[in-house]
Amino acid sequence: MNTKNNQRTGAFGEEVVSAYLTGKNAEIIERNWRIREGEIDIVALYPNGSFAFVEVKTRSSIAFGHPFEAISPQKAHRMQRLALGWLATHGALGCEYQIDVAAVLLAADGSHSIEYRANLL
Amino acid sequence: MSLAQTSSVALFGLEGHIVNVEVDIADGLPMYSLLGLPDAALSESRDRVRAAMVNSCEIWPNRKVTVSLSPAWLPKSGSGFDLAICIAILSAHQSIEPARIRNLVFLGELSLDGRIRSVRGLLPALMAAQKNGITTAVVPFENLAEAQLMQGMEIVGMAHLKSVLHWLRTGEREEAPTIEYQWSAQDAGLDFADVAGQPDARLAAEIAATGGHHILLIGPPGAGKTMIAERIPTIMPALKKSEALEVSAVHSLAGSFTSRSPTSLLAPIISPHHTTTRVAMVGGGAHAIRPGACSLAHHGVLFIDEAPECPSGVLDSLRQPLEAGTITIARSIGNVTFPASFLLVLAANPCPCGKFSGRGRSCTCTSAQVRRYLGKLSGPLMDRIDLRVHVDPVGRIDMARNELGETSATIRERVIAARSVAEMRFSGLGFSRNSEIPARGLRGDFRPVPAAMNFLHDELEREHITARGLHKIIRVAWTLADLASHEIPTLADVKKAHAMRGGVEI
Repeated sequence: MNTKNNQRTGAFGEEVVSAYLTGKNAEIIERNWRIREGEIDIVALYPNGSFAFVEVKTRSSIAFGHPFEAISPQKAHRMQRLALGWLATHGALGCEYQIDVAAVLLAADGSHSIEYRANLL
Repeated sequence: MSLAQTSSVALFGLEGHIVNVEVDIADGLPMYSLLGLPDAALSESRDRVRAAMVNSCEIWPNRKVTVSLSPAWLPKSGSGFDLAICIAILSAHQSIEPARIRNLVFLGELSLDGRIRSVRGLLPALMAAQKNGITTAVVPFENLAEAQLMQGMEIVGMAHLKSVLHWLRTGEREEAPTIEYQWSAQDAGLDFADVAGQPDARLAAEIAATGGHHILLIGPPGAGKTMIAERIPTIMPALKKSEALEVSAVHSLAGSFTSRSPTSLLAPIISPHHTTTRVAMVGGGAHAIRPGACSLAHHGVLFIDEAPECPSGVLDSLRQPLEAGTITIARSIGNVTFPASFLLVLAANPCPCGKFSGRGRSCTCTSAQVRRYLGKLSGPLMDRIDLRVHVDPVGRIDMARNELGETSATIRERVIAARSVAEMRFSGLGFSRNSEIPARGLRGDFRPVPAAMNFLHDELEREHITARGLHKIIRVAWTLADLASHEIPTLADVKKAHAMRGGVEI
């Protein structure tokens, strides 16, 4: 039950971030690209031609710390590898790219807020 | 702008270096990196600072926080940087005006709830800050008494992180209690009047306190060796304020203010146990070099009871500071020099069982054991001891006599008078006490009367004394002359000095 709930929360967060990126004139290329090593939540293409690989963290409370704190250095490294994996499979190695993270906080009254940090590594 | 800078002080021995604490908060994942060779206690600052900040209702920046302590090459240790780091982070986080903290020095350890804890070595740290032109320092409230010894610096004593922040943001702070200085050279508990009898040992203590001559007390257990040694500081002249500050700086670094008030003008007395290690005696340590017993006794008395029981290396490690008045400790992280100008007082039993004195009737030691026992004090060390006094068991007459001996105050007056005579005589020569007269001077300007010189030369010829012994005897004779208001040492003074050295070389 809980897992399902979390999945729903996560999916909602990704939805919110996609809308946010579209609002910034970025093109959403792929959602939930999955290979054996892991998953990329959102792949987007910025107007300046740079690919953005976005990890979305959605939380309904900060009782367990800020969402960004859930991203350890190892996790950041895996995102880097996944990004290169995506570029390789799509024949786009050598293109400009960046790793972004987004934190979506859901409030009890149904509203939400986004914190977006671009170009981490 | 997410950059801020403030200052703290890193101590290397007694030498302080101003450390710039710079904080940069960059976009990125939450991270904290501390640069500038921190040791373990300092690396843990991250967790203390963060908890203190959150528990003081401040916001921890969930970004990439880089803290740099420069100069980067200087190894830094201890928890005293917590406060400076915390303030710099908050300033970089734009909750404190950066210009407000640029010329301040912050010293203090943070506890998790935001209270500011005391740090070691505050006094030398503030001295370094003042030398570098910093006029205002924020220090732990617990250390306030010690910190206010610094003249000409504004000292802000703070007990909690919240009050520091309130002060930095609004300029308001609670009026700090001004501490009335009780510069005091009295020891409430100890007085020479308590010592029954022992005229020889009393005189030797007076001479030692006047001229700075090292002393060995030999006597059976219970004769009063320890009593006498403990009371020597009470007859030494009160420390000058500059000297007291030096003493307090060393004690501050060692964190030993529980036993000694920072405003005491009484000469310190340190009595390490005879099992003390060499490092504890002269100072040392791998990460932070701490002063040893001989530096804590700077301008005071280093009293070692049961000296022959000490491992020989320990006593002999004192030879260099006895000569130089300072001790330089070399470790892989660098060299540190501490002051170590002390009066050495050794006490020893005459033999392993302790009863070989007077007629020695109940002594159970063999004669070889007796000889070997005091022989454990090495020749080079004994050579530096000018007064070797036998403390006999207190007799029934001394014990029964109702009148008390002379009080410390009376003796101290004589000591001060004799010292001022010596200081006048040596003014402009770069030393002030008789024990410091250079050998050249002893054969030149500061020779005793000719008859006394003849006596000493005779003794030298009979090989009763060495050339160095001759010099030492003249130095003690000068102190005797000063105490007896003789203009130059007479034959009697020299003979007395000779006798107090133990007559024949050990």
